[in-house]
Amino acid sequence: MTTATLSRNKETSKADKLGSKSFNRLAATCLTLWALIWLVPFAWAVITSFRPGDEITANPMSIWSDHWTLDAYTNAFKLNSIGWWYLNSFLISTLSVIFTVVICSLIAFGLAHLRFQGKGALMVLILAGLMVPMEALVLPQFMEFRSLGLLGTYWALILPATASPVAVFVFRSFLKGIPDALIEAARIDGASWWRIYREICMPLCRPAISAVGIFTFITTWNAFLWPLLVLTQTKSQTIPVGLSGLLGATGVNQAEVLASAVLGLLPLLAVFLVAQRQIVQGVASTGIK
Amino acid sequence: MTTTTTAPGPGIAKVDTTPIDNSGRDTKAGWLFSAPFLVLYALFLIGPVLVGLVISFFNTATVKNDLGEFVALENYTDVLGNLDFWKSMWHSTLFTILTVPFLVVLPLLAAIFASRISRNQWFYRIAFFAPYVVPSASVCLIFSFIYAPESGLFVKALDLVGLPAPDFLGSTNGAWLSLTILTVWWTFGFNFVLYTAALQEIPEETYEAAAIDGASPWQQMRSITVPLLRPTISLVLMLQILASLKVFDQIFILLQGGPNLSTRPVIQYIYDTGFTTYRGGYAAAATMVYFVTLVIISAVWMLATRRRGADA
Repeated sequence: MTTATLSRNKETSKADKLGSKSFNRLAATCLTLWALIWLVPFAWAVITSFRPGDEITANPMSIWSDHWTLDAYTNAFKLNSIGWWYLNSFLISTLSVIFTVVICSLIAFGLAHLRFQGKGALMVLILAGLMVPMEALVLPQFMEFRSLGLLGTYWALILPATASPVAVFVFRSFLKGIPDALIEAARIDGASWWRIYREICMPLCRPAISAVGIFTFITTWNAFLWPLLVLTQTKSQTIPVGLSGLLGATGVNQAEVLASAVLGLLPLLAVFLVAQRQIVQGVASTGIK
Repeated sequence: MTTTTTAPGPGIAKVDTTPIDNSGRDTKAGWLFSAPFLVLYALFLIGPVLVGLVISFFNTATVKNDLGEFVALENYTDVLGNLDFWKSMWHSTLFTILTVPFLVVLPLLAAIFASRISRNQWFYRIAFFAPYVVPSASVCLIFSFIYAPESGLFVKALDLVGLPAPDFLGSTNGAWLSLTILTVWWTFGFNFVLYTAALQEIPEETYEAAAIDGASPWQQMRSITVPLLRPTISLVLMLQILASLKVFDQIFILLQGGPNLSTRPVIQYIYDTGFTTYRGGYAAAATMVYFVTLVIISAVWMLATRRRGADA
């Protein structure tokens, strides 16, 4: 019995070495193919956006052109208000990032390093906020903003995103990593809480700032339903809302639509490529959008 | 130090058991630091919930500023007795049933494959995660051509292997198929990254020990990787269910809920009743029913993970 098991073990372990090697090779091949397939929609959209309109009509799926051209891009700017949409999206996203980072890091600092009454209740309140699905509440949100007279303004897009429970938890767990001794020492030296926040904690918090900042930027840039309701004039729209209007629009050819789609995703792709590592670590550390 | 090790965010924060010091040494400063957040939180997070609750008891018109008449529970009985509302609830549920299995299992598989490859990790990260950061409108514009009948990329690809192509945008079944493919392509990367991070936490030695004991890669996957990843799998499952139940963008942009409203999700139902027919009070009641459903699901999950955390 024992010898049988032993010899079987030997056999399998030998087979395993081979098995595990070929398994790894198989995994690599499958995954590379998989990833290449994932890139097809992007690649196809970019290639087609550089082909002239009549060629696309004649042969929509070809990936070659005899006359590569930038026409679709210049037309996209001429036909639509893409320039305005860019400006709106940039302003709204940037301001949202600044507000979110400042407001959420302030309360997170309090929760991480200050001792005060009601802190436990605050934590519960923010934890409960994680469960509130804001996307479901657009209608009452709209009514509220109308009675506040904020419809059609940038504020309507910036304000709702800034009190983010997720951002508070990211900052808080990061700030908790700063040793109490350091903060006590600064207190003894007579530093105010504000100075400790600004001059000690925020500089040490850079990774959390970039994680929260990048995520806020991406989510506000990509927001669709709320800006669709709030910003109704063509020139005040954001990129996603403006682009969605191109679907099935007349007088725009396929290359121009695809060029616009590419223009809409370009800034985000750039942010992603530059900040790849922070984004991936950010997702890993929050676990919640 | 990476953020991964220092910042166990909310997903994990639920098991954060750091005792909270309530002695009021810095009470004034504490509330001052919290004030800006609390004001915005009260106005724009709690505010809409309360506004929705109040309006749902009135026959408010979305275009007018006054509340209208008090109608007690009439809006709720109307909503709960409305077939179109339940159809839209079913569409959101069906979308969830269609997308969740793919978005929980496929990224896990890809992440396990990726963990076995030491080189070119960046390539997989870019290929899988890049679609996730792209706006829904860009995705829908690109896919509207890919799904185009006769000339579209998909139809051509299916032709090539000799399969009949469904009417991707014109038939209900085709529409669900195209929505599922688009959504899996678009959001796959988020879950892939969650799994990848969790896989990196499993020490190399575990596998080495298993390999010495003669476990095949398949056995290692089944008896080490998947059991150790169980908390992550349950997190991904829950986040995905909630995200899928909140679907709106793709269905609205690509199909306007069509063909013939046969894919219209709840959010679009609320949008249509509230902003096209201006029945604000009625739409608010629909909002509250949907809202409570989502909150119950996340509350149940939060309590369940808490209990499991306490047991362990």
